[in-house]
Amino acid sequence: MFARVMISPRLITAVLPAVAALVSCQRGNQADTAIDEGILIIGNAAEPRGLDHHLVTGVPESRLITSLFEGLASDHPYLDDVSPPGAAKSWDVNEDKTDWTFHLRRDGRWSDGEPVTAHDFVFSYHRLLHPDLAAYYADMLYFLVNAEDYNRNRRSKILLSNDRVPGATWEDFDGLDGSPDESVDTDGLGSPPEWERAGDEEARARFVRARGLDHLPPEALDWLLESPDDRYSWPASAAPEQIRALLTALREHHGEDLFEIANVGVTAEDDHTLRIRLRESVPYLPSLSCHYTWFPVPRHVVLAHGEITDRFTPWSRYPNLVGNGPFKLKEWRFHDVIEVERNPHYWDAENVRLNGIRFHPIENPYTETRAFLAGQMHASYTLPPDLAETIREKHPENLRQEPWVGTTFIRFNTTREGLSDVRVRKALALALEREQFVEHIFEGHTTAVSMSPEMGEYSPEPVLEFDPERARELLAEAGYPNGEGFPRYSLLISRSSARPQAETAQAMWDKHLNISITIENRDWGSYIAAQQNLEFDMASAGWVGDYLDPTTFLNMWMEGGGNNNTGWHSPRFEELLREAATKSDAAGRFAVLRRAERELMNGMPVAPISHHSRNYLLHEAVGGWYPKLLDNRPWKHVSLER
Amino acid sequence: MAILQRFLQGMLVLFVLFTITFFLIKALPGGPFQSGERAIPAHVRAKVEAYYGLDQPLHIQYTRQLGNLLRGDPGISMRLEGREVTEIIGQAFPVSLRLGVFAMGLAILTGIPLGVLAAWKKNSIIDYGAMAVAMIGICIPAFVVGPVLAEIFGRRIGMLPAMGWSPADPTSWLLPAVTLGLATAAYLSRLTRAGMLDVLNQDFVRTARAKGVSEMRLLVRHCLRGGVIPAVAYIGPAFAFIISGSVVVESIFAMPGIGMHFIKAIEVGDAPVILGIVMLYGILIITANFLTDLAGIWLNPRLRKS
Repeated sequence: MFARVMISPRLITAVLPAVAALVSCQRGNQADTAIDEGILIIGNAAEPRGLDHHLVTGVPESRLITSLFEGLASDHPYLDDVSPPGAAKSWDVNEDKTDWTFHLRRDGRWSDGEPVTAHDFVFSYHRLLHPDLAAYYADMLYFLVNAEDYNRNRRSKILLSNDRVPGATWEDFDGLDGSPDESVDTDGLGSPPEWERAGDEEARARFVRARGLDHLPPEALDWLLESPDDRYSWPASAAPEQIRALLTALREHHGEDLFEIANVGVTAEDDHTLRIRLRESVPYLPSLSCHYTWFPVPRHVVLAHGEITDRFTPWSRYPNLVGNGPFKLKEWRFHDVIEVERNPHYWDAENVRLNGIRFHPIENPYTETRAFLAGQMHASYTLPPDLAETIREKHPENLRQEPWVGTTFIRFNTTREGLSDVRVRKALALALEREQFVEHIFEGHTTAVSMSPEMGEYSPEPVLEFDPERARELLAEAGYPNGEGFPRYSLLISRSSARPQAETAQAMWDKHLNISITIENRDWGSYIAAQQNLEFDMASAGWVGDYLDPTTFLNMWMEGGGNNNTGWHSPRFEELLREAATKSDAAGRFAVLRRAERELMNGMPVAPISHHSRNYLLHEAVGGWYPKLLDNRPWKHVSLER
Repeated sequence: MAILQRFLQGMLVLFVLFTITFFLIKALPGGPFQSGERAIPAHVRAKVEAYYGLDQPLHIQYTRQLGNLLRGDPGISMRLEGREVTEIIGQAFPVSLRLGVFAMGLAILTGIPLGVLAAWKKNSIIDYGAMAVAMIGICIPAFVVGPVLAEIFGRRIGMLPAMGWSPADPTSWLLPAVTLGLATAAYLSRLTRAGMLDVLNQDFVRTARAKGVSEMRLLVRHCLRGGVIPAVAYIGPAFAFIISGSVVVESIFAMPGIGMHFIKAIEVGDAPVILGIVMLYGILIITANFLTDLAGIWLNPRLRKS
């Protein structure tokens, strides 16, 4: 029986014509069909981790979210330094550029027809900053006054600074740090430390320091209150009754959300007036508000599916997701497609040109390029560099290569012997022939002359150059004449696509400085971990700007910055950044930032190599699609025409 | 009795599989909450890890995860935040299953007849041709076959999609299934040829021919059952091969199957998804092997006593 089924003639006669029919039918070109339907089909690199823009950080997510939501201002179709009105119709600002009033559109609607109000914005910024939501990107809102204290849950400081502790102010507790002390030995306390396990006085004192004053359970606060002086080391400036008052206040407000008390700089003056107070001068706030962290979430929908602090509610999934952008969610299949369609409630719906967009999360850039060339898509996400030459020859009309605010660089661990000498770091930076990188390795990139690329009115002083002579001198001065005795450092990379650039640097250093390094390829997780723990010598890395201002490339090099990872810091550099934050005129501000950037390049914790470029394929029928420095796609202006 | 024994063996294998996978994931550096260049602030990381219970001691994480799996709920993905692993597998598994079954069907329907043909016309042009094709099928990996097929049929000729997946459009399954099934078809044809040659050399075949049995009847009726035993025994392992192969094929053709989720989950150390998929694969392979053994017993009466 078994055997007969296998090759039964009847089966063959049934299957063969079917297969033949399938194969012989000529396929219609999907891209052409979609043009007639007004639906744009594009590659989007990866499956988004989610569409709750308070919880994501990636570029694929950003492209989707900008089609579904809109900030106070919006992206101009082709200008980079102009931000036309979005959810806000207009805005006023004080002289200092620290106090902004946004007038929301009266006709602004969520995609379910509910009005978009200033309360939605306050709720959104509250949620993003809420310490219990633990949003990765909360620091994008640290520009708001008191936002950082609230997000970091500095409860003592918030209570002291806002008259919640009778007879005491924050100044009285100068130097108090209520955050967890990671150096405390938590043996026997459990992980995380538990109060119940802290049996004796000594263990309880350790518990208090390990958890931090701002994060104690009520029992621990009660215990401290019994005898505050000898159970915690208080700043000398605080009087005993003040300490008692602070502990009482902490006890009273335990578990309470301090958003109101903290007086975070966002308030709804009325339903359509939003006031934003900033801790520093931010002349580029409208452009910043086009970053999705500044977009609103629909309060009524988020709360219908859970609490303000719930991370995993289904509000941001199909079919619940409600936005205020030009499009709304139509379909979501993992690793396959996310389709959006025209949002009829959008205030500017009549000027939206497309009927919908299909985002395909294609991880493999070769697959994506093949699909584009086979007529299945209108735009690819990225073009593999090794295909650029062929495409330039055969499909020049489809090739797009556009500047993108990003920098590739080599990060130095300045705590390593040798690399701790700025002359060594400079020698390594000066021996890199950037033209070669740009010509042969980084397709479409431009050579870096400093850390920040040019953007708008800002251009950094050109300090980086190729000067092997000077590099050799510096190396000799540092005690390594002709590279003798130079330590054998390793250059850390992740992903094999970074190997060519690493090998090029290796060869240049060998040729010009007579030193040899090794290349170490690690998976992404350990590559990141090694840098964060300063367990590396040199690392090949990159950074893409979040908004169009040089601070997005400079702030990261401050002491303790989560992305610094070089062990380098400079009081002078940080002083200049602080000075720039007080300047409200663009020219004066940029002049100070230029000096800060010079200071950074003087310390050379990184050797910038090139500035990014976006390389991709675009169908001739796509209109309203212009190069944008941040690669933000203002979807509502995009069109399809034969 | 034997079946119960096999069942218990299977459970033991699954338990060991779970344990090894769990601790291997924990040994990965990095962790699921660091996927971009941007560092996650320490206070945020601590909160998120607490959310997923990653701040608990390893043995507690282990028993909790094991308990969840035993209840049939692998938990919540850390990469696709908040999504149930069951929802992810529920969406992706039908795609991979359809791809796998289609590829397996193609492999059996081409591999076994080709092997029979080659054995029957031993040392002829047909035999050499078929076996050369089979050798090529075995030697060229899917990540070469796939793009070449997509380039030819997707772009140059333009009659099949170069990527994507649509349940309603069987043309979109064809290239991935051929890519995935090719190597298996090749193995099956070589195994069938060897098995058939063995049978064709036996005395009863000469007797049957002497009695005037037609060649077609001889092959199908008298020899095939014995001849396909090696091929059938291979179907269990081939199933495992197809599952692991689908990881590559799904990436080449951008298909929303289990393989894509598996790769991405491993990249970021998304333990609930990895464990969910590994256990699913484990159950499938154990079941396939068991069924293969049953088929072998049914085809070969000599095995039945044991």
